[in-house]
Amino acid sequence: MNDKKLTNEAMNIKPHRLSKQEIEDNFTDLHPPLSAIEALIEADRCYFCYDAPCTKACPSDIDVPGFIQSIQSDNLTGAADKILSENIFGGMCARDCPTEELCQQACVRNDHEKKPVEIGLLQRYATDSVLNNGVQLFSREEDTGKSIAVVGAGPAGISCAHRLAVLGHKITVYESKDKLGGLNEYGIAAYKTINDFAQQELAYILDIGGITIKTGMQLGKQINLEDLQQQYDAVFLGCGLATVNQLNLDNENISGVIDAVEYIANLRQTSNKDELMVGKNIVVIGGGMTAIDIAVQSKLLGAEQVTIAYRRSKNIMAASEYEQALAKKHDVQIQYNVSPKRLLSADSNVTAMEFDIMQSQNDGSLMASGENITLKADVVFKAIGQKLVTEGLIENNSLQLKKGRIVVDEHRKTSLAKVWAGGDCVLDGDNLTVSAVQDGKLAAISINETLTQGA
Amino acid sequence: MADLSSNFLGIKSPNPFWLASGPPADKAYNVNRAFEAGWGGVSWKTLGEDPHIVNVNGPRYASIMSNDRRVIGFNNIELITDRPFQVNLEEMRQVKRDWPDRALIASVMFPMNEASWAKLVPIIEDAGVDGFELNFGCPHGMSERGMGAAVGQVPEYIKQATEWCKKYATTPVIVKLTPNITDVLYPAEACLEGGADAVSLINTINSIMRVDYDNLTMFPTTGDMGSHGGYCGEAVKPIALHMVAEIARNDKTKNLPISGIGGVTTWKDAVDFIALGASNVQVCTAAMVYGFKIVEDMKTGLNNFLDEKGMNSVQELVGKAVPSVTDWKYLNLNHVDKAVIDQDKCIKCGRCHIVCEDTAHQAIEYSNNGGDRVFTVNDDECVGCNLCVSVCPVVDCISMVAMTTGTDPRTGKAISPKASDWTTHPNNPLKVS
Ligand SMILES: Cc1cc2nc3c(=O)[nH]c(=O)nc-3n(C[C@H](O)[C@H](O)[C@H](O)COP(=O)(O)OP(=O)(O)OC[C@H]3O[C@@H](n4cnc5c(N)ncnc54)[C@H](O)[C@@H]3O)c2cc1C
Ligand SMILES: Cc1cc2nc3c(=O)[nH]c(=O)nc-3n(C[C@H](O)[C@H](O)[C@H](O)COP(=O)(O)O)c2cc1C
Ligand code: SF4
Ligand code: SF4
Ligand code: SF4
Repeated sequence: MNDKKLTNEAMNIKPHRLSKQEIEDNFTDLHPPLSAIEALIEADRCYFCYDAPCTKACPSDIDVPGFIQSIQSDNLTGAADKILSENIFGGMCARDCPTEELCQQACVRNDHEKKPVEIGLLQRYATDSVLNNGVQLFSREEDTGKSIAVVGAGPAGISCAHRLAVLGHKITVYESKDKLGGLNEYGIAAYKTINDFAQQELAYILDIGGITIKTGMQLGKQINLEDLQQQYDAVFLGCGLATVNQLNLDNENISGVIDAVEYIANLRQTSNKDELMVGKNIVVIGGGMTAIDIAVQSKLLGAEQVTIAYRRSKNIMAASEYEQALAKKHDVQIQYNVSPKRLLSADSNVTAMEFDIMQSQNDGSLMASGENITLKADVVFKAIGQKLVTEGLIENNSLQLKKGRIVVDEHRKTSLAKVWAGGDCVLDGDNLTVSAVQDGKLAAISINETLTQGA
Repeated sequence: MADLSSNFLGIKSPNPFWLASGPPADKAYNVNRAFEAGWGGVSWKTLGEDPHIVNVNGPRYASIMSNDRRVIGFNNIELITDRPFQVNLEEMRQVKRDWPDRALIASVMFPMNEASWAKLVPIIEDAGVDGFELNFGCPHGMSERGMGAAVGQVPEYIKQATEWCKKYATTPVIVKLTPNITDVLYPAEACLEGGADAVSLINTINSIMRVDYDNLTMFPTTGDMGSHGGYCGEAVKPIALHMVAEIARNDKTKNLPISGIGGVTTWKDAVDFIALGASNVQVCTAAMVYGFKIVEDMKTGLNNFLDEKGMNSVQELVGKAVPSVTDWKYLNLNHVDKAVIDQDKCIKCGRCHIVCEDTAHQAIEYSNNGGDRVFTVNDDECVGCNLCVSVCPVVDCISMVAMTTGTDPRTGKAISPKASDWTTHPNNPLKVS
């Protein structure tokens, strides 16, 4: 990580704000797993709805009442099978899905008693049972002789690779980083996926075989799309959004102004969180999951004052009510309707940030009210969205992009011959792990159909 | 406040809640605690001839539990008292002295010979008991020795043993019936013929709880093998209620007082038994599952219920529901109910739809317009079977509403104000004309 940018000599940025033990305690499971009896009692709450609304609301089509019924009857392997056969990252999704906006938001128990069935926790209970006990539920069909290249080892790419491997194809995954997992490994908040879960899950997924992994291979550098199209029967692009948006302010390069995603990646990788440099007064620019995550994790690392500065109003913030509440619970301030104006600095270290206070117009647009607000800051985190790296993607071809994302059809097929794509890199995705997994699955089904139709 | 006091066959108790013969009434220690907790009476753990029986030294009990560990059904392979006759007798004498206002019944089980009854009945009565309960119901162990259910399953034996007991007893004699028979009226009538003052029912039902999934043996076992036990607790209440109601509405037995037993866990269960003809109730499993304190809610719950109904005593409730129990053949076949869903209460789970669609009459329609789920009853198909009501998770969301005028859209027949039953139905080959 870019430590150069965190060298404030005034000691406002420093490691060891909390003891090792305090930090360890802070980064335990956000939602502790259910015990066996808790799971049975919770499973009993499911009504097994017909054409279940929770299943409809799950981006990966998991048969929720089906797996809950299996938990009820002590058939945990059956429950896990129901989950993982639709969503091979059912373990991670159980931990990181914003269930309050997905399955649980649709649960009919909300109407009955304002308390949905804890679907995410039950999903974790079932999937943990096979992951922890190494029960392999999948095997590969007979070899088809077809080979497919997958670019990116995030949830989209690995989901696609797993399904294709199950169907008997040979897969090669090209990943630019050294470690697999994409944002499961580098992005998801540490308290959502403790104990190296991302790698444990990947080991389980890759255990079926037929998937060759090549790390340190970046599309646009070591490999290029044309070659892949030629060498393989099909290509899946699951390269995510590898770079971040900038504020476009004059002195954005001063020390203390940092990409949140980069800081989080570092936080996820370090084995000594107490060694991380942590600011005293932190301002987070953004309004999504990343903003919430960096703010809360900064607090857990011992930052004194953390403020999320969001350009628009509370009700259109991308972070859900639940996540906003989570932030507030951790003593994070959220400042709505403030737009970044300029960074104040001393000795090229950031010291504060000035914002325009915005007013919503009738037509929904924002206008500066003329008033300003200045927030003290020794660290400013930029969490204003990520961007597709197009280098290596669109040269020498006609890959159709829109709004900076890859355009795909309902089967996740791109405009290029033999090329499918899914996950964060495609247009109209909702930037969730579960959606990336679904994209990979749908693309795999489509690739398989295409490849076997010709046979 | 209604009067909860009970007078059963002249045996007085401050409330109609007695402990049934079993572990809760096994010895003075338990019974003293029960009376302190407020129970109205006990039927002491069944006495037998010396030498006393022995019990297994392993699991006697097992239960069926819901996922949140609520006991739904219970079974046991316990025999009658495993303590010497005289020890029980002295304890009973002392307890009755200490608690003169509570009912103390001697549950007994003796072999089928008059001499035993002639010898033991007077000695027991001398201890001061208020009456006898003849255990003709124990379905395990004792029945292998020609007692318990082995007597209760043969009306002639019931009559004979009842006569012997009556001959030597001056206090009332209650005969406790086994449900392990085909028609409870035969044993009940035999009690009457033998001179019984009352019947109590039910004792436990022959049962095996389950299999041990690891060892693939029955469960539970004593060492390697197990034996069937007696089923009781909440799950058996409907079976007991039916038998009580049959006796209460049968011409010959309708004046025979009944003590209701089987699954009583709350005051509501007591209301069920009493309204269907019992004068009081006895409780075993619920006390074994929750302890003696449950009687507090039984008493206040029943009291509040009687107050709400404007009844002054338990006696006024006895048998209130009996006239509503009849044979199927007398049910009004002209009566037409249709399910009606209260859309404001409906939480759109669709359980009513799927059960009706898969297993009943395809009468609940489902539409889903962009996530707006609506479930509606189609009167053209609804036969009023009550399946939807039986599965709907929302209280009072679906109700059965009677059609009083017009035409039943399912049959095309006009609703008739006149009742008509199977006995005169044209499809009945044995119809009376
Ligand atoms: C901080 C943060 C927190 C989040 N929290 C949540 C959450 O709690 N819940 C949730 O559902 N979602 C969350 N998300 C979103 C979620 O992580 C993503 O939607 C999801 O990971 C997308 O999966 P993907 O496979 O498309 O992309 P990624 O996970 O980004 O994986 C892409 C992979 O491709 C590799 N790659 C990129 N470019 C190349 C190239 N040119 N050549 C080869 N390999 C390449 C990358 O190294 C990476 O391994 C969060 C995102 C962030 C940033
Ligand atoms: C462990 C146990 C032991 C019992 N022992 C006797 C007994 O000795 N004599 C008897 O008449 N009934 C005995 N019963 C039957 C109960 O008195 C009662 O009739 C039956 O359990 C149904 O009532 P309940 O559902 O309230 O338990 C016993 C029941 C249990 C559970
Ligand atoms: S994958 Fe996510 S949205 Fe789908 S059921 Fe599981 S927790 Fe809910
Ligand atoms: S909506 Fe809720 S109650 Fe219905 S099936 Fe889904 S989890 Fe169960
Ligand atoms: S079962 Fe009850 S709550 Fe569920 S859809 Fe039917 S009427 Fe509505």
